[in-house]
Amino acid sequence: MNSIVIWTIVILAGLGLVLAVVLFFIAEKFKVEEDPRIEQIEKTLPGANCGGCGYAGCHAFADSAVKASDLSAHFCPVGGNEVMKKVAEILGYAMVEKAPQVAVLRCNGTCEARPKTNTYDGDVSCRVKAALYSGDTACPFGCLGCGDCVDACEFGALSMDPATGLPVLDENKCVACGNCVKACPKKLIELRPKGPRGMREAVLCRNEDKGPAAKKACANACIGCGICVKTCTHEAISLENNLAYIDPAKCKLCRECEAMCPTGAIHGVNFPKELDREGIKARVANRKKEVSNE
Amino acid sequence: MSKITFAIGGVHPDDAKLARGCAIEVLPLPQTMYVSMAQHLGAPAKPLVAVGDKVKTGQVIAEPGGFISAFVHSPASGTVKSIGPRKDLAGNNATHIEIAVEGDEWVEGVDLSDTLVTEIPEDRQFILDRIKACGVVGLGGATFPTHVKLNPAPGSVAECLILNGAECEPYLTSDFRIMLERTKEIVVGAAIMQKVLGGCRTVIGIEENKPEAIEAMQKAVAELPYKVEILPLKKKYPQGGEKQLIQAVMHREVGSGGLPISVGAVVQNVATSLAVYEAVQKNKPLITNTLTITGNCLPVEKMHNYLFRIGMPLSYIAEYAGGVPEGAAKLISGGPMMGRAIANLDAATVKGSSSILYLSEESTKRGQESLCIRCGRCSEACPMGLEPFLLNRLYKVGDVEALEANAAQDCIECGCCLYSCPAYIPLLDRVRQAKGMAMAAIRARAPKK
Repeated sequence: MNSIVIWTIVILAGLGLVLAVVLFFIAEKFKVEEDPRIEQIEKTLPGANCGGCGYAGCHAFADSAVKASDLSAHFCPVGGNEVMKKVAEILGYAMVEKAPQVAVLRCNGTCEARPKTNTYDGDVSCRVKAALYSGDTACPFGCLGCGDCVDACEFGALSMDPATGLPVLDENKCVACGNCVKACPKKLIELRPKGPRGMREAVLCRNEDKGPAAKKACANACIGCGICVKTCTHEAISLENNLAYIDPAKCKLCRECEAMCPTGAIHGVNFPKELDREGIKARVANRKKEVSNE
Repeated sequence: MSKITFAIGGVHPDDAKLARGCAIEVLPLPQTMYVSMAQHLGAPAKPLVAVGDKVKTGQVIAEPGGFISAFVHSPASGTVKSIGPRKDLAGNNATHIEIAVEGDEWVEGVDLSDTLVTEIPEDRQFILDRIKACGVVGLGGATFPTHVKLNPAPGSVAECLILNGAECEPYLTSDFRIMLERTKEIVVGAAIMQKVLGGCRTVIGIEENKPEAIEAMQKAVAELPYKVEILPLKKKYPQGGEKQLIQAVMHREVGSGGLPISVGAVVQNVATSLAVYEAVQKNKPLITNTLTITGNCLPVEKMHNYLFRIGMPLSYIAEYAGGVPEGAAKLISGGPMMGRAIANLDAATVKGSSSILYLSEESTKRGQESLCIRCGRCSEACPMGLEPFLLNRLYKVGDVEALEANAAQDCIECGCCLYSCPAYIPLLDRVRQAKGMAMAAIRARAPKK
């Protein structure tokens, strides 16, 4: 009995030893040389494997960054500038700093403002719904409200608000990976710069219909009236296909457009004070008077 | 009892051909018509007229926007009021030409008489040019330009032309009515297409729930000097599917990703045959089609089969027929199996419009989705031999490779899986998406031209 146990141990241990030696030499012979910096970079990265950088995952990003000649095409939106600084140090490249971004839903067609014109009872999926028709409101451009973006977010930054029927963003959790941008069949989500202390202005609408049709479909729609374009003194707003767009790079956050917008399609967030609508309107009117007097 | 049908799958919904007794009536012209530029498969047509132009009935108002595209003609005489986006059936914007109707003055060179012209032009190219110039597209549902389909790539030989008179969709009776009322024209149309394809065997397949149509067609074939067969088919949905019809008639299977011509078949609808007749023999462009007003919350005396002109708003037709009935919860354009819900009744009719269907809430309400119990009914029902439950699962995890390996791209979107699922899983909705994903992957791999 004892000898069987001993022999078993000896044979298995011996076998293991022999195979270990064989494997050691094979491993030495067929060793794949990998740049040690790849592992270093991978360790620095957040490891979310979200694909927000445009690569299949953190390893693919590291691999490609090592092979690149500079870092202009590589940016980890999750880690942001901090992580990229470390990556640049490892590689000895110059760092390309980017302004932190955040996902912005360009639709403010709440249930109240955008009445339902029909009932949808198909699969609860924006993709499926968009493939079938324009949606259960009269606006063919707006949010479908089935939450494909919420499902796509791996960071729990998005959730549906049953009161408005629109997704809500938790800014602190959003890493601007862009998965929601890809998930939205109506292309309503845009990555915009977070802005100084989070302050930013945006037209929250994508309706390209003419004014009356847009207004009939949704009380909060951009009707393409062009008041914001005329008001803006920084040439930050453009009007195309009956739709205004604020260029975040040019916007000086004066909030004049927001106050002047007749439908409330322009929204500003994270401003310390509430919007002084009347004050701004008076200021703009005065300025116009001065211009006409001259 | 005919036993001829396709080999696998299929379902047997109640055929509900309630409007079968209603003779085709001609609709009067409305005051304004909206002609869509996207009423065929392929690239939208490009408008050739400008605002303020005077147009005549049958005048070309838009030219093809690509190889797979078609001419569009004015459905009435009048003035072009505007050209711009207008909401289509699904509520999406499409370019429409708005015409203020002033009358019905036709362009010259069109034979408006009812006399049957049985002499077929000799020149094959002349026939094809006429079909193209008259904007004929497939009226079986897909609206694929007919001149492209009748001109197979060099090297492929058409062995059999199949005319689809199955009308397997429940409720619809427009094809049935034209087979009764325009019988001889359809047979001549078939003979014209037969000539274009080089004199191949020609079969008109009709489901046996339409015995009057079978009888009328047989009589017409006997009287006319063409070699056309009438083949009664067993009643089974989706018999009118291209690949299903080929299997029923020729006992051949179109391979995955293949076109019907790969097995020597060309399939056309009977309504297309009528349009081909009018185009070639009468030089009459495709501006009319037949549409059924029916449904399960409409009394039979209010049902109609109308000859409509393209560009008539659906709401105008519905109003003319007596308005939307009470209790109609869902309006569908097309059959209840493959038709599209009408999100916008103001949308204009297009070449392929075939019905306005009023369905009650209890017959259209979807059940609450529950878990798949692997009963396999969807796989049994699928006429393409797919496994919808598996495709549903693969779609959910986004495995495009596996979707392609399981032939999601071969789905014909007939809806048999959804119809037969006891767990009310929206299988068709998801398999359609899965098909799109698989097709995109195949296209991405294809060598660029």
